[in-house]
Amino acid sequence: MRILVVEDDPILSDGLRAGLSLSGATIDCVATCADADAALAASRFSAVVLDLMLPDGSGLEVLQSLRGRGDRTPVVLLTARDAVADRIAGLDGGADDYLGKPFDLDELSARIRAVVRRASGRAAAGLEHGGIRLDPGSLSVTVDGVPVTVSRRELMVLAALMERPNVLRSKSELEDRLYGWQDEVESNAVEVHIHNLRAKIGKHAIETVRGLGYRMRAPA
Amino acid sequence: MRSLRVRLFAILLLATGLIWLSAMAWIYLGSKHEVEQVLDNRLQEAARMVGSLVGTVGGRNPDGTQPTIPAPTAYERQLSCQIWSLDGRMVARSSGAPEQRLTDAPAGFSEREVDGEAWRVFTVEDSEKGIRVMVGDRLGRRQRLVTDLIMGLLTPALLVVPLLGMLIWASLGRGLSPLRRMARNLADRDADDMSAIDARQAPAEVRPLAEALNGLFLKVEAARRHEREVTAFAAHELRTPLAGLKTQAQVAMAAADPDVAKAALRQILAAVDRTTHLVRQLLDAARLDAAGEISPVTDVDVGVLIAEIVEGMRAPPGIRTVIDPGLRGFTMRADPESLRLAVRNLHENAVQHMRTGTVEWRARPGGRGIVVCDEGPGIPEEELSHVTKRFFRGRHKSATGSGLGLAITEMAAKRSGITLRLRNRTDRPGLQAEILWG
Repeated sequence: MRILVVEDDPILSDGLRAGLSLSGATIDCVATCADADAALAASRFSAVVLDLMLPDGSGLEVLQSLRGRGDRTPVVLLTARDAVADRIAGLDGGADDYLGKPFDLDELSARIRAVVRRASGRAAAGLEHGGIRLDPGSLSVTVDGVPVTVSRRELMVLAALMERPNVLRSKSELEDRLYGWQDEVESNAVEVHIHNLRAKIGKHAIETVRGLGYRMRAPA
Repeated sequence: MRSLRVRLFAILLLATGLIWLSAMAWIYLGSKHEVEQVLDNRLQEAARMVGSLVGTVGGRNPDGTQPTIPAPTAYERQLSCQIWSLDGRMVARSSGAPEQRLTDAPAGFSEREVDGEAWRVFTVEDSEKGIRVMVGDRLGRRQRLVTDLIMGLLTPALLVVPLLGMLIWASLGRGLSPLRRMARNLADRDADDMSAIDARQAPAEVRPLAEALNGLFLKVEAARRHEREVTAFAAHELRTPLAGLKTQAQVAMAAADPDVAKAALRQILAAVDRTTHLVRQLLDAARLDAAGEISPVTDVDVGVLIAEIVEGMRAPPGIRTVIDPGLRGFTMRADPESLRLAVRNLHENAVQHMRTGTVEWRARPGGRGIVVCDEGPGIPEEELSHVTKRFFRGRHKSATGSGLGLAITEMAAKRSGITLRLRNRTDRPGLQAEILWG
């Protein structure tokens, strides 16, 4: 899961980067409306955490232009103003959820997972495919009921594939999910993660379509 | 007089009374003149008439008595007539006429006292008949005629004045009712109802008052809005660092990697420092807001003050502070507390916007002010006029700034009668802030 955090306070921004990374997401941080617009135009994110009061404008403007482009990336608003009118304006402006400062980090993670899940059209929190279960809340994977230990990056690759099991995911799409802008992308990282995953969850669980990408193999 | 109604009443009544009195005086004088003329004409006519009625002076009646002229009854009461022969004998007189000769004047009008009464007499001399006819009336009677006329006018007036007074009083009450209505509307208002009074419906005289009140409402509303905004901003500025603190604390607790946990703890320390600073600034701003008046002004040694503040604040390594020796012993008249706030916030502002470089404090060339220069990014020209607004944080905002420092400086300066002037340095990037006085 790749999340864009738009927050101008450096300490909070840093806390969100560290905190949301703990729950297995890749985080990119920007501090202004202009940077947020640029980031949202350039990359695809699973979700956006958006502060309302930014130095060069209101987060609502970012939200408006995002929705104006027809982009349905889920957005969770963060704000220090908790007047009902503000909340209504935010939700009517196209936000998916709303959290007043100060908030609980775990609650924010849960809300982000919820809006991402809703956006992908799933009702259940967990992902399941042919005996493999992935719980994004506890970051745990079980195969036929047996827990399997996977690394954070492996989990992200698996989650990306399991979200839409029949859809092909290209290598660059997966890299996008795995790495923020600051991360150094190793050229064969995705292949390594897939290889490791196959060793852990089953040799034939993931199918390679040469030159196109990867997808979950349909259960027999 | 406090009451507008009583005041108007008194003015109106006095004016009416004065006009009435002058009218009376005019009527009195005019009618007196008129009456005198009419009566004089009557005397003349009567004298000539009597003269024409009398025959040649034959002397006496056959019985030797003086003949009595049959005077017309209409004149009986008021006019008296005497007929004298030219040689000074009384030939005849009307009944009721005094025995004494009415006048010594040979002809025409004359006035004289007879039997203690003033008379006006007209004399006609008829040398053919050898008589002098004198017709006179008493001046007292004439006077009474005029007085009666005036009294006839004055009596109804005296009756009318109280009636007029009542009418004026009632009309004033009615005329002032728009004022009362406005007062009632204002009294019935809710405390937070700042809607404008409909000035178009108010009478022209009250309209300036209504408009002034509407202006006041606008100002109060603006002040309230400003207060609400400041509170909202303060909430934002406080809640954001608190959110940072909480998030970092949760990261520190949840992180398995000791490096991540340690980094989070360091951030918590920074956040606590920042929040402490912010709270102090909010309190400073609130104190400056509350204390409107300038406290007693004393001579402050600016050099010592700056040195104290610079020493009390540990600047990050890489930032050097230079205090011009010329500032030593430099004094100015100011409120020490306000000046301290202004200098401290300026210094903090300079330090916050620099990674490395020099903050320089010096006296202004020619005295009457001090200057602080930093080597930070400066302030974009279009933001220069906004940076002293509370919670304004521009594009070059520092990570730890609250948007209050320059606002506090400006407030403190204003309170101490000092001017704050901000401009970008021309020799290199950086801000130059001047505190000017005098």
